[in-house]
Amino acid sequence: MSYTAILVIAVGTYLMRLLPAWIFAKSEVSNRYDDLMRVTASVILVALVALLTFFEGDKFAGWARVVGVAAGGGFALAKVPFILVVVGSAAVTALLRLAGVA
Amino acid sequence: MDFLKLDRKTLSSIFLVCAADGVVGASFGAIAVAGGAPLWLPMLMSALIFAGGAQFVALGIFLSGGGGVIAAITGLLLNVRLIPLSLSISDVLNVNGIGRLVGSHVLTDEAVAFVNTETDPRRRRLIYTAFGVFMYVLWNLGTFLGAYFGAEIKDLGAFGLDAGAPVVLLALVMSSLKAPKIRNAAVIGAVLTLVAVPLLPAGLPILCSLVGVGYYFLSKQRRKAVVEVAS
Repeated sequence: MSYTAILVIAVGTYLMRLLPAWIFAKSEVSNRYDDLMRVTASVILVALVALLTFFEGDKFAGWARVVGVAAGGGFALAKVPFILVVVGSAAVTALLRLAGVA
Repeated sequence: MDFLKLDRKTLSSIFLVCAADGVVGASFGAIAVAGGAPLWLPMLMSALIFAGGAQFVALGIFLSGGGGVIAAITGLLLNVRLIPLSLSISDVLNVNGIGRLVGSHVLTDEAVAFVNTETDPRRRRLIYTAFGVFMYVLWNLGTFLGAYFGAEIKDLGAFGLDAGAPVVLLALVMSSLKAPKIRNAAVIGAVLTLVAVPLLPAGLPILCSLVGVGYYFLSKQRRKAVVEVAS
């Protein structure tokens, strides 16, 4: 049973990766809407950041993660090297949890 | 191995992003085996599905004894966002035959976010290739190590590593938000997505963010109209 489900997800996911770009590149409109597609990608990714920050499944992920991600955003704005952005935000999250923040 | 021509700094950032995801892959493998799944199950999922969110959700449904149909539907819904992401890098994927078929499989949120920080066509392609290779190897290696060695890395939360995925994406997408119109569109999209979480099944809330794109499109049209009238 899980075999079939895995295969269905795998094939469906692959087609969602493959076909849109393929069809779009072959179409006449692709040049005109290139810019709009990149904005769409940014908007989707920011929404994904919001989801991953605030939710674990459909439950609130807790303030430790929210503050940790916000701190990471601050580090990135301050042009801190990438690795420190990631490590710093994980550290803030972990310390808050250690201090008892959920 | 063309992508090795990229500068060191770019390559090391890409590697870092993929290594961070490799750790998540390890926790995926560990959770699967600790929950009673055989070793091959998480490995098969990582190799064939290669999309973290959908894998975790489907695994959760398997482990709690839920049905395959629910797992398949939820997994697929979570990946619908890949459609617009695929559209946004159609130039990069527009290569012949095998390149397109293999390249499409390794499309990830992170790769699209990074590629879209660049405009030069050659750099976009090299970055995408580097991402594809590093991410596929590290995600699957991580899954294997987690599944095989295990139980210790189940809890990412204790180390704050659950903040890693959103922070990586945030840092990557930030540079594309300089224009106020795009920023507004993103804020509208994110707020609507969060509001929709309790109302819609998993995978659909994120599509509400497309309203933000609609706002961007209309405000650009209006500006164009104003400019035309003025000239």
